[in-house]
Order: sequence, then C-alpha cells, then structure tokens
Amino acid sequence: MAECHPVGFRWVMKAKERGATIIHIDPRFTRTSAVANIHVPIRAGSDIAFLGGIIRYILENERYFKDYVLNYTNATAIISDDFQDTEDLDGLFSGWDREKAQYDPKTWSYKDAAVSPAAGVREGHTGQPDTERAQQSSEHHDPTLQDPRCVFQILKRHYSRYTPEMVEEICGISPDMFAKVAETLCRNSGRERTSAFCYAVGWTQHSIGVQYIRTAAIIQALLGNMGRPGGGIMALRGHASIQGSTDIPTLYNLLPGYLPMPKSKYDTDFKKYIEEGTAKSGWWSEFPKYAVSLLKAYFGNAARKENDWCFDYLPQLTGDHSHMNTVVEMADGKVKGYFVMGENPTVGSMNGGLQRAALSKLKWLVVRDFSLIETAEFWRDSPEIERGEAKPEEIGTEVFFFPAATHTEKDGTFTNTQRLLQWHHKAIEPPGDARSELHFIYHLGRRLKALYRKSRDRKDRPILDLTWDYPASGATEEPSAEAVLKEINGYTVADGKLVDGYTSLKDDGSTASGCWIYSGCFQGGVNRTMRRKPGSEQTWVAPEWGWAWPSNRRILYNRASADPDGKPWSERKKYVWWDEDKKEWTGFDQPDFINDRPPSYRPHKDAEGTDTISGIDPFIMQADGKAWIFAPDGLQDGPLPTHFEPQESVMKNPLYGQQCNPMRMEWMRKDNRYHRAYADDRYPYLLTTYRLTEHHTAGGMSRWLSWLSELQPEMFCEVSPELAAERGLKNGGWATIRTARTEIEARVLVTRRLRPLRINGRMIHQIGLPYHWSSRGLVTGDAANELISFVGDPNVSIQESKAFTGMIEPGRRGRIAKIASPVMPDNHELYRDLPSVRMKLQDNDGFRSGKKAIGSDRSSHWEEGD
Amino acid sequence: MAAKGFFTDTTICIGCKACEVACKQWNQLPDDGFHFTGMSYDNTAELGASTWRHVSFVERPVALSTQDAGAFSWLFSSDVCKHCARAGCLESCPTGAIVRTEFESVYVQPDICNGCGYCVVNCPFGVIDRREDDGRAWKCTLCYDRLKDDMTPACAKACPTASIHFGEVEDLREMARERVEELHGQGMNEAYLYGESKESQPGTEGLNAFFLLVDRPEVYNLPPDPAVPTKGVAAGWRSMAFAALGLMAVAVGSVLASRNGDAA
Repeated sequence: MAECHPVGFRWVMKAKERGATIIHIDPRFTRTSAVANIHVPIRAGSDIAFLGGIIRYILENERYFKDYVLNYTNATAIISDDFQDTEDLDGLFSGWDREKAQYDPKTWSYKDAAVSPAAGVREGHTGQPDTERAQQSSEHHDPTLQDPRCVFQILKRHYSRYTPEMVEEICGISPDMFAKVAETLCRNSGRERTSAFCYAVGWTQHSIGVQYIRTAAIIQALLGNMGRPGGGIMALRGHASIQGSTDIPTLYNLLPGYLPMPKSKYDTDFKKYIEEGTAKSGWWSEFPKYAVSLLKAYFGNAARKENDWCFDYLPQLTGDHSHMNTVVEMADGKVKGYFVMGENPTVGSMNGGLQRAALSKLKWLVVRDFSLIETAEFWRDSPEIERGEAKPEEIGTEVFFFPAATHTEKDGTFTNTQRLLQWHHKAIEPPGDARSELHFIYHLGRRLKALYRKSRDRKDRPILDLTWDYPASGATEEPSAEAVLKEINGYTVADGKLVDGYTSLKDDGSTASGCWIYSGCFQGGVNRTMRRKPGSEQTWVAPEWGWAWPSNRRILYNRASADPDGKPWSERKKYVWWDEDKKEWTGFDQPDFINDRPPSYRPHKDAEGTDTISGIDPFIMQADGKAWIFAPDGLQDGPLPTHFEPQESVMKNPLYGQQCNPMRMEWMRKDNRYHRAYADDRYPYLLTTYRLTEHHTAGGMSRWLSWLSELQPEMFCEVSPELAAERGLKNGGWATIRTARTEIEARVLVTRRLRPLRINGRMIHQIGLPYHWSSRGLVTGDAANELISFVGDPNVSIQESKAFTGMIEPGRRGRIAKIASPVMPDNHELYRDLPSVRMKLQDNDGFRSGKKAIGSDRSSHWEEGD
Repeated sequence: MAAKGFFTDTTICIGCKACEVACKQWNQLPDDGFHFTGMSYDNTAELGASTWRHVSFVERPVALSTQDAGAFSWLFSSDVCKHCARAGCLESCPTGAIVRTEFESVYVQPDICNGCGYCVVNCPFGVIDRREDDGRAWKCTLCYDRLKDDMTPACAKACPTASIHFGEVEDLREMARERVEELHGQGMNEAYLYGESKESQPGTEGLNAFFLLVDRPEVYNLPPDPAVPTKGVAAGWRSMAFAALGLMAVAVGSVLASRNGDAA
C-alpha cells in the first residue's frame, strides 16, 4: 500500500502512531513492510490457503463474534442435501458438468429455497436467469450451528485441513508466524475493536482472484468486522478513478450503477430484462426504477412506456467480450476497430506479443494518451520488428493518435476507493491539440449524429434519439462536466429539477438518472462533490468532504454497527443506532437502512420487495439481507473459496487432486503457450509482477517525465542473494528472464527483501518484476508483461499475472529469440485437472467462460446463433 | 523572526520520494541523468546541485526492535540541507552570495555567486554542489520564495505521511523530543535526534533541519561528528598568532644572540 497508494497510506501511518498493529503479507519486503509491525513473506499465489487457515483458527478456537454471526450472516442457513464439498470430491464441488466444463450451482442453494445473488453471474448453468429462484431467503435455519448441513458446519469441514502445518507447506509461513497473525487479528476484533483488510491486484490477478476476496469476506463476517468503523475490506484501486470506471462502467457487461448489460439470448424484450434483473426481496427489488430512469436519461422523450423505454436501442451482449477474449478475437481477424483511451495494453496487459499481433489485424486503431505510447507505435517499434518477425510495411492498421488532457487540464470528478466523489477543477488549458475525454466523446457523438441526420432507417434511431445536448463553451467547445454530473444525478423529466437521491427515482418515466447510485451528488442543486470542509471543522466521519455513493454514506451496511436490538455493539465502536424515541435510525453517518424500520420488524411470509428486509438484515443488497459466508449462487467457481495452484506453479496442490481452478479461463493457442502445471524444470522459479511508487502502471504518465524517470531509470528484476548465487547473477548486471511466451532482459537488483521460502525442505525462489518499462519514453527497458500468458479468473475475466513460473539466466537476451515449447504439456502426469474436469468444452452458451478450444484458426464460440 | 526549519522523522518515512519530486518541480531543477545504481531503490544517489532532497534507502541485516520481520529492516531517510546554525558554506563564501535569511535559513543568491566553490569544500555534510553547466553553487533554499508567501516548503507540503515537519525550529525541537520519548515508550529505544541542538552537535552549533534516526549517522551517510571548518578559524588565527609570536621571539632572540655573539 505504501508502494502504490502512498497518499492513502498516510492514514495507515496515523493509525500506527495511535497504536494500531500493521501486518503486511507479501512475497516481497516492500516499502509497506518497512514500516509494518509484522511482515509475513508468502509464496505468491497461496493466499487462500493462508486465509483459509485463519478461518479454521477462528472456528476451532471459537473466536468468531457469535451474536454478529448468528444474526447478520448466513451461518445458520441449511444448505441443500445434494451439496457436496471439495473435501468429498477431491477439489470439485457438486454440480460439475463434465461436458460443459462448468458448474451447475443448483446443489449449492439453500435447502428448499433458491436465492438470486446481488452481484455476479445470475444466468446459472442453463445460461438463462431463473426468475423463480428469486426467493427471499433460506427457509431452514439452525441457530445452534450444530446441524451438519448448516453453513457453519460446512465451513468447518471445508477448512478442516487448512492447519498451520498445511499453511506452512503451501505458503512457506511458519506455524509460529501464522499463530501470531491469526491471534493478533482475532484479538483486535469483536465488540470493542475492529480490523480492516486492504488489498490490491496482488489478490485479484489470479485465476481464482475473486475467491481470494471472498475468503477475506468470510473472515470479516465471522469476526464481525463489516459495516463497522475501522472494519471492512478495502479494495485499493490502481488509478485515481478506477472505482468510478466500474460505477459508470468501462466494463463490457455492465450498465451504470451495476445494472446488467442486456444479453441477446434471453433479454429479448424489456419485460424479460426487468423480470430477470429484479430480485423479489432485498434492495434489488427496486431495479425497474433504476433501469427506466437510465433509459430516460439516454433517450429522453423518445423513451416511452409504449416502446419499452427504447430498451431495444441498447446493444446486447452476444458473448464474453472481456479484454482477453476481445484481443484473441482481434488476433483472429474478427475485430475491425479499437479505441484505446488512457491505457497502454502492449505494455500493461499480458502477453505483449499476442496484443501486438491482435493490433496488427485491425483496420483502425484510435489511441488517446499524453504521449506516443508503445500501443500507438506498435507498428514501427516492437520486439517482433526488432527480431525481424514483423515488418512495419506489412502492418495495415491505420493508427489515429489523439493527444489527451491531464486531470489538471479539465473539470471532473474522481471516485476513489471509498466511493468518494471528489471534484477537480481545471487549473490550466491543455496544450496544443490535447483535449479531455469528455470533449472527444461528446464531439464524436455530435459528428455521428450529424452523419446520420437524414437517415430514416430504424437501426439508426438509437444515435438519432440519444440525448446529447450538454452545453459546450470556449474556443474548443469544451462540454460542461457539471452538466454531465447533473444528468448522472438525475432529474424529474417534467421540469428538469434535480432529484435528491435514488429513492426519488421512478419506474413510470417521470424521472431520468444516468447512474442511480450517484443520485444525490447534486442534492438540493448543489454540487456536493466539490465540498472541501476541513476535517477539523466537522465530525470525525467528515460527511462534508466530497460526496460518497450511495446517499453520502461513508460506511456501507452500517446497520451492522449496531446489535440486533439497534444498540451500538460498544461505546467505543458506536456508529449508527436505532433511536427508540424518534423511531428512526440515526448516528454519525447516513444509516444504510430503511430509516424508520425498527430492529424488531420481521417481514410477513408474503412480503415482497423492500418489505422483505427484516430489522436485523444489515446487508440490504443481498436478497436475504445477510452476509454470505457461503455463496449459494453468483460465483462460477464454487460457493466457498478453495486453494488451487496458479496455472503455472512450482508445486503440486497439496490439498486436492484438482491442481488449478477448474473453471479458470484458458486460451490454448500457439501464441499463448503454457508451461506444465508444476515441476516444469525448464521454468523452475516463481515470478510475480508489481508496481513501484516512482512509476504509474504501463508508464504513460511517468516514463516521459524526467523527475520520475530518474528515480527508477531502468527495468530491473529483484532476486535474493541465494538465487543470485545459484544462477550467477551480479547486482547491477544483466539477467534474462524467460517463459514459454518470450524472454526479456533486466538489470539485476540483489536484495534480502526477497527471501527464498523453504517448503518441505525445498528452496522456493521468487523473482520480482516491476512492469513499468518498454521501448518509448525517456527511460526504457523490456516489459515484464510480455512474459505472461492469457489465463483468467472465470468470474471477472482478470488475468493471472501475480504468480507464474519462469527461468532466469545471467546476461542480456538474444536479439533473435525463438522460443520453443509445446502448446500443451507433453507429460500426461502433469495435467492441471482431474480426469473429470479434463474434457474440453465443445459448445458454449456464450456467457460462461470455461475452457477455450485449441488453435487460433478455430471458429469462435461466441458467434451469434452458436 | 523565529528560525524556521525541518524536523525529518525517518520512522514515518515510507520512501515514496514525493519530497524529491516536489522539490524538483517547484524549483524547476533538471534531472541528474538516468542511471541504475543497484543501490536498493536509490537511483539519485546523493544530494547535489540539482537534487536538494534525497531519500536514502538502507537495507540492514538488523531487525528494528519494534518489528517482527526477521533479521532485516529497510530504513528510509529524506536528507536535505541542514541550514546549520553555523554554516560552513556561508562563512567561507568570499563574495557574500550566501546569506542568512530572516528565517535563519542559509540561502545562495545565484546572481552573486561566482562559482569559486569554496562553499563546496566547507560543507561538512557534502550538501552544496556546483552545477556543471553554469558553474554556480546550488542547494536547498528552504523554499525561500514560498516562505515569503507564507507557504510551506514544497517537500514538507508533498510528504504524504508527514515525515517531514516544517515549522519554527523551537517548536520542532519540542515535538521531536516528545516523539523520541513516545518511540522509547513503544520500545524503539534506538530512536534519537541528530543535530537538534548546539549541545548535541557543537561542530555546527545545531541544525535548523534535524533528524530522528534509529541507527548510527554513518548508516544514513551522515557524518557522526560534523564540524564546520570555519569554526576552527578563530582558533587557527590564535595559534597562528602564537606561532608568529614564537617565531618573532626566536628571531629576536637569535638576533640578540648573534649580537651577543658579535659582541663576544
């Protein structure tokens, strides 16, 4: 966190000054470790085993927060009799469909009651969302937690083998160190104290990344650390507004405010879309209000009840269009044009060779950035051109480069990790032809509208009917960012008056809002994201600094900060509580609950919508109002996090016969070669990538700046003195790092900050690779991501770049590198998957990831009508 | 006006180098070249004509007494001009280019400096340096221009963890002593102040930019017992006077002796 979020780390240091214990778990000793109380070196890719060990510790030693667990989690729920655990099936859960190579989650559900997830995949096994599943909650409970089918007992069995000894064998962490961390965490949780987890892409970028976070969520639910001050799980985002870019998404499968993108297979009309998106219980029962208001914001007067609010104007998904799939499609010649805005995929994304091969198949490419980054220059400067494998004159892609304005050169908001929107004012005019993104998109839209002006074709109506009337000013006709934020906030259609929040939104077309969760940022006509009242002049929650979604709440699900009776768990951790006299929730923050719903309220059996939320259901977005220790649906790869090895590992999975996440996304192609699952002696070392404080991601914002470039002027790799001795590497000298994808060279930094782990008497060496450099800019070097393959998490399609294997040798790389290795492991004993998983996917309904076919010439699964 | 300065608490530093960058940006200093040093994360290596804040990175095979991380620790320290109470650079400057400001800081006036370089050899810390292109001497100004506008120096302003404190030296001393006590209370007995007073550092008569350290000064590339060379000048002149007197006595004596001899 100190490395990549130094400004946020200020508050960690403040906490430390006040006596907080900082525990840092990382393969490397970083700037965070330097100031932490405890540093725990861990084998990259083994965190679920470590966290699972903590869950076992909590359960075995009865350290969980019993009142919290009984009332606010689904620990008491009874699960379907058909459920079988990974303990029973050697690493698989029940419901594995060998032919489809995916899970049918039906057996994971609550006994006699299916429930729809608040997020994640809702299509289930059939590819059709099951509206009948949207029941309110589990019907059967065991408050004694003794029933062998209750979540609590299933959890206990699932993690029974995650012992301190097993943690040592998998993670390389001694039982003493493990006990110290587990005890510190437990001691610092409960009524009087809370603990927080902070994580970043070290947890997410794995083929089972989502389940890493799930494991932390289970711990926090067991310890009662959610919805309370000082608790939570903080996703440290990689850029100033990455949170904003998921709220108002740049993701292919979401509409603003986490509404699902319609899918062509079954969202055939608005009625179906609404049916499938609306939960019968919990807050997602409000879904139609947000969907209609969004369509009104998009299409204005053209959106009417009779025409389903122009629902059919929305693009519909025909398949998985996530980044890696899109690039593979591109490489196969199926994508014509590509916009790259504020991103440098040939450096920042995995398998640079495949990225560039894909770009070279495009007709046109638009790059918007501060400088001519590598992605814009790929056609004349790349390792392939250097090696003579590609020639600029043979690359037909037409590249359009647009210089971009920086954040100081434009108005707008950042949304940070805490969901806090903070307005930034333009300080200076952008230089030359540089323009804001807003300018680019707005004028692109205007020109498109002008082009189609005379069209009478129905298919062009979406462009013609799109509301696109933001006021623009100045010589460059810069559109008003504030006008856009007003539209996002929402307004009543009749008079254009700004609404005060999402509870004012309607499903009858009388309101419009660009993103329901941001509704209220302009409450009372005031741009609340601009507020800058110093902390010293307001309460410690500081509600008048910026504006946090939803409804300016600083802590989500904060009903959980009070006990079932609505009283604070303790004076010390007082936050939100029930005022019996006024009959309302009150506190230091905006209560995240229905304001006048008393703790004693219990829904009637036939209740619907938000009436189903009982007085002790703090997690209101969940259909059953409870924190899901066990996820009965929504995840592709299982209801409980399970330790699987990375796609490429240095060891066999000690826990299960199943080596890797059976649901991981794979691309078996000649241009995306994999190593053997483990013990591949060509690639004996564990590699991990990361960022340094001095640079920003793929370097577009830092490698062109002398003051940052001089601080970290060259690509380097970090190795331990032991590995340096083993491989003959010299500090300050050169090393070549190789995978089956390619090889790169780097300067060597020999440091004790990387410590080999002794596991089962064997030394496991980890090599650290910062990934900021490439061929352009003031400082250059090889890009670490060239080494990484396309492998993904099935839930969110993120790549696995934090743990993979490779080789290191002294000296510079060969200028002509031909990498020879088989597409598939040639040794059958080294398969990643159990026989029951191994069958490859032949057909796919389009919305599951699973495994992809071999060979780049095979036709795509994702074509319409497949 | 009360003396202003820095108290740099190295136990809070996270080595982000924001101070180095903020300093260069505010003062529009050039880069020092792009050299990979292989010395931990330190690639600017030292204070110089164009690096006025410099963060050193010390990898030690010794644990901090308050940390559980094996026999290892990583120390960061943001070094800067100390604005000594007795400044060797100022006292050796023959042109009067180096002055003491109303904030008691030591300031080089670039329009007067003639690049003689006397100051460079007279700084016991190796702070001030001549720039190769224009030959003049440069160092931290304590952001004199910002202080004139009642603004905090760029480095302290940018420090995300408030490791660099800026303020009146008297207040900083008090804050620093309290901080040391607090750290001792937490079990970090190795914490101490470097150069915070005349008594603890007589060679400079105390620093207006002083530090909280947790290892010997040499570990941070700081001299253990710095002394401003010009501080010896008075004593030098005194002994020279004695020597001259002595020589004179010998000369007079020998003349007298020879006269006596002549007379003999």
